[in-house]
Amino acid sequence: MAVSINEAVSTDPARDRTPPARRFGGRGLSVLEIAVLTVLAAVMLFPVLWMIETSIKENRDVYAIPAKFFDFQVTLDHFKDVFFSSGGGRSSLSVSFLNSVVVAGVSTVLATVLGVPAAWAYSRFAVKAKKDQLFFILSTRFMPPVVVVIPIFLMYRQLGLIDTKLGLILIYTAFNVPFTIWMMKGFVDEVPAEYEDAAMLDGYTRLQAFRRFTLPLLLPGIAATAVFALIFSWNEFVFAIFLTSSDSVRTAPPAIAGLIGGTTVDWGLVAAASVVFALPVLVFAYLVRKHLIAGVTLGAVRR
Amino acid sequence: MAGIEVNALHKRYPDGTVAVDHVDLSIGDGELFVMLGPSGCGKTTTLRAIAGLERQTTGDIRIGDTLVNDLPPAERDIAMVFQFYALYPHLRTRDNLAFPLRAEGLPKAEVNERVEEAARLMRLGPLLDRRPHRLSGGEQQRVALARALVRRPRAFLMDEPLTNLDAELRADMRTEIKHLQGELGTTMVYVTHDQVEAMSLGHRIAILNKGRVEQIGTPLEVYDRPASLFCAAFIGSPPMNLIEVEVADGKLRSKSGLVLTPPPNLPRDRGLVAGVRPEALEVTEPGAEGSVPARVVSAEWLGDEIIYVVDHGGQGDVRVRMPPTVRFDADAPVGLRHTGGPPPVYDVSTEELVA
Repeated sequence: MAVSINEAVSTDPARDRTPPARRFGGRGLSVLEIAVLTVLAAVMLFPVLWMIETSIKENRDVYAIPAKFFDFQVTLDHFKDVFFSSGGGRSSLSVSFLNSVVVAGVSTVLATVLGVPAAWAYSRFAVKAKKDQLFFILSTRFMPPVVVVIPIFLMYRQLGLIDTKLGLILIYTAFNVPFTIWMMKGFVDEVPAEYEDAAMLDGYTRLQAFRRFTLPLLLPGIAATAVFALIFSWNEFVFAIFLTSSDSVRTAPPAIAGLIGGTTVDWGLVAAASVVFALPVLVFAYLVRKHLIAGVTLGAVRR
Repeated sequence: MAGIEVNALHKRYPDGTVAVDHVDLSIGDGELFVMLGPSGCGKTTTLRAIAGLERQTTGDIRIGDTLVNDLPPAERDIAMVFQFYALYPHLRTRDNLAFPLRAEGLPKAEVNERVEEAARLMRLGPLLDRRPHRLSGGEQQRVALARALVRRPRAFLMDEPLTNLDAELRADMRTEIKHLQGELGTTMVYVTHDQVEAMSLGHRIAILNKGRVEQIGTPLEVYDRPASLFCAAFIGSPPMNLIEVEVADGKLRSKSGLVLTPPPNLPRDRGLVAGVRPEALEVTEPGAEGSVPARVVSAEWLGDEIIYVVDHGGQGDVRVRMPPTVRFDADAPVGLRHTGGPPPVYDVSTEELVA
């Protein structure tokens, strides 16, 4: 799913950056460009389109050979199956979606609450071995999750955190805090420290000065950072599949993966679940797309 | 209103950087005191320590009779103006001015009265309902000054307040600040790296270098008798010519033969350098009386004056300030002679003033 979100981020600035000379002159070139880009977009987006198409096909059309691209029966049954079990009541998929919302939401809030003040402190104060500390914090993100998942599993077993939402929240928070600190430090650096100095001279304490003057100016940055953290937690698969097993705790990615396997695969349900899973983050990323770009390009241009 | 005493101030950051090594200052009540120095000399840190925005590692700061070491900035009864004006971006000029007063909890009528007064002093009338982003740099700075005024503080602290303005505006604001300070009679500590600003504003100037005070004096004292080679090279544009000299026959003589009037009580047992202002030298026709042979390396035509860079006998280039009527071509052979009184003389090894 992350692929499609990156898409949303990167196409916009690319279009904006087209130099005016190219936009108006060289008609032949631009036709060629458009053709190439269309082909590329079709290739890149094909899995997404196919997923959407499969999610609204009748089962017999899903399994039809040769595959039906256009001429198929539209149905919303698969989406119904995502949310309701066959006997009525909530399906286990809908429970896992709810788990995803809770785990991703809480871990993002925690990472933001912990990371933003830390970033502020690293930006504002002379801290002993600041660069080493920051590098250490970043270094916790060097290893891919799959490398640390076994030790984490063993620790979690000792602590009784296996197969709990709290366990997932903690590990996602731990992974998002370094990212939040690094990204937010960039934003805090951009806000002049003089605002806080002036506020302190006006009678506020340092923390009040931060809350009343710096924090409001940081909100766009916090939004961008939180979205990235949210996307990470939402999409995370490795920890989720290793550390959880029961339907009541599992998040959506392993739950959807769990649909594949056994004798037959209900591809319609898999596709519908995937679409439902992808939508919230896509919508969210679209809403804050300007801030996302700000976050990505931050520091690239010096004033 | 109050004087400010800084005793043995030392500031060391947790990462080991020493920003201020040792600073003693005694700033009089109602004085406009300028701290001047290159970037990284500790002037801003000293100012921020006075403001309470940094806690000094050791040393005492007194404002009036109060020892303020452990007082938070707000309780020191001072106002500060920043290089970047730090106007609250979401507030109109009027509210920016009223902000510190409201924070103090003053009654509404008094807040309004004081805001009006400060606005009148700084001529902000038409700007009162604008937000900072709709003000020009000069206007923002006037608002920042007014915001300092409304507090009626015991002292103003100015941290390079004019650096972000263009040259013309800077000169205007300089006059305005000086006038304002004179009118209010409030103690002002003014930090700058611009020696012209320091000379034109300060009652007294402290020159700082590497976290230490090199010299404290009136602008004229600082200009005429810089206390060290650092000060000599820092004050004046172009700065003093530093010429190696020795004492011979009761005269000061450079290696090129240039003769300078000697100051009294010269030590004879060490290497000496004379600090000669560009206006204390004269470029003459070659062979003029009392001159040594020299050559024009280049000339800067500034309109009201010409700065000649002159090579005298391979002893390095000196700069000479001449009226625009005296014209020599580049590379022309000329004479160079000293016209001023006894120059300050420095010890080569200690770099300090010896006579």
